[in-house]
Amino acid sequence: MSVTVEAGEKSVTKEEKLTTNSPWSLWTRQTLAIMRLELMKNFLTSRAILLYLLAGLPLALLAVLAIFPPPSHEFQNFGELSLVYAVVYGGLILRTLVFFGCAWLFMNLFRGEVVDRSLHYYFLAPVRREVLVVGKYLAGLVTTITLFCISTLGSMMLLYFPRFPSESTQYFFGGPGMSQALVYLGITVLACVGYGAVFLIVGLFFRNPIIPALLIYGWEWLNFLLPPLLKKASVIHYLHSLAPVPVSEGPFAVLAEPTPAWVSVPSLVIFTLLVIALAGLHIRRMEISYAGD
Amino acid sequence: MTTAAAAVSNEMIVFEDVSKFYGEILGVNRVNLSIAPGITSLVGPNGSGKTTLMNLMTGLLRPSRGRISVLGTSPDNPEKLFHKVGYCSQFDSFPRGVTGREFIEFYLSVHGYAKSKTKDWTQRALERVSMQDAAGRSVAGYSKGMRQRIRLAQSIAHNPSVLILDEPLNGLDPMARAEIIRLFRQLADEGLYLILSSHILHEVDMMSDGVILLHNGYVVAEGDVHGVRDEIEEHPMQILVRCDRPQILAARLFEHEHTVEARIHDDRQGLFVKTRRPDDFYLLLNRIVTDNDLQVESVAPADDDLHAVYNYLISSDGGVVK
Repeated sequence: MSVTVEAGEKSVTKEEKLTTNSPWSLWTRQTLAIMRLELMKNFLTSRAILLYLLAGLPLALLAVLAIFPPPSHEFQNFGELSLVYAVVYGGLILRTLVFFGCAWLFMNLFRGEVVDRSLHYYFLAPVRREVLVVGKYLAGLVTTITLFCISTLGSMMLLYFPRFPSESTQYFFGGPGMSQALVYLGITVLACVGYGAVFLIVGLFFRNPIIPALLIYGWEWLNFLLPPLLKKASVIHYLHSLAPVPVSEGPFAVLAEPTPAWVSVPSLVIFTLLVIALAGLHIRRMEISYAGD
Repeated sequence: MTTAAAAVSNEMIVFEDVSKFYGEILGVNRVNLSIAPGITSLVGPNGSGKTTLMNLMTGLLRPSRGRISVLGTSPDNPEKLFHKVGYCSQFDSFPRGVTGREFIEFYLSVHGYAKSKTKDWTQRALERVSMQDAAGRSVAGYSKGMRQRIRLAQSIAHNPSVLILDEPLNGLDPMARAEIIRLFRQLADEGLYLILSSHILHEVDMMSDGVILLHNGYVVAEGDVHGVRDEIEEHPMQILVRCDRPQILAARLFEHEHTVEARIHDDRQGLFVKTRRPDDFYLLLNRIVTDNDLQVESVAPADDDLHAVYNYLISSDGGVVK
């Protein structure tokens, strides 16, 4: 099929008429095209190195511990491993690595393109800017979910299998191990969804998003000290409620009733949708001059 | 707006009383323009408002006041506008890690076109700017001229009716410049609206159907190239002649009424001449040199640049010289 251009006029083909009649089909194609380009950038450019390092850190750490196991009884006792993993997952993977991985990637979805001076190429395409937000966000989700789910599952396998292969096989294929692994994966996915939305908006509204990111990090870490009502204004509170193996938050923690999953999950999803709508409204009015960036 | 006015607006690029302020700083002020098909050049020094006008036309900036219409479409409506408009901006930057071909294909695919069409149009755009051989290489390894050409290819790949080009000849070697100017002429002959900015007056002269002269955010002159040039030609042209006996040359030149001023250079090896009729001056110079056996090292216009033109067009109080 060809489109002839003569004297500044386009001959309109049947396909283009169909496109005009069904915007959802066009928006879907545009979203997928944006995702393709963004996934290539997220996985294959130098900006991806930090993500690989963050996602690879628990794997490297647990590989070393598998080769040189520490003498403490938690590591020597198979029954304690679920608690060890809960601590590693909650303290290192979820609160730090997924958090900073999402911060790095989602803040750079727009901010990075402003710094690279390449955002105008998207703004000069016949695409609704809201579609651009959705495409970029979904590409960010696919990237972070892929990397951090591999990290979550891989680190779990590295903790269990090298030193207790037969018990671990029984635990994962005949016990509660598999369901725990799936729940951890689900928490990782929700963390990417929630933190992704938070950092998407931070990257859009702040010229230097590092300081707000550190403030959010502090807020999320100090969540255990907050009164029950304020706890709800954080992503970690909803994720923490879903953890399959509860971990004590220490003697100073302010105890609060855990939020049930049927509230936690929809809350995060609704929050994300609201944030994406806000980002869409913001970007609709956004100007590009790159001055001072 | 009447039906007739709306019809005209649908065939023109129209600025109605458009102003843009960056906080306290003026970008452009009270711009009223109607741009017809053909090549229209925006001319002015840095900071005169050329890029601001282009960014306003394409919705990268929003006017603080006034209304813009590009063939009847508002820049607030990118979904519709960018089927008609291609913009090769001055930003010499690219998404990370792409090859020249991917760069064009990616953004064509964002339009929503099918893959086969995207590939065909990419290839055609690459051929138009003679970049097909380098298209498989990473853009990061391109020379400045190649980057300029690949951006140009990207802006024309979807066959726009309006092509906006910010300093499109920057970084191109003379051969490539001539080739690209030929392409612009060809596109204009096909009925496209080409709006480009340039600092280089002789290139603007060579290719433009119309010019818009900008100064400090104001449009100071607009119209066809000859009209603006006539305005400039009211002022004497300055020429520097480097030769061995400038006194003899000065004495002979003063015999002719078109010589306004002749000043011997400090090193006594050259003469500054102001003449109202440069063509007559060059003929006369040839005769004087032959008659007196003068050794001429060089002859060069001393004020044939944009700043000199601005000095002529802008009076000391900032108004336009009539």
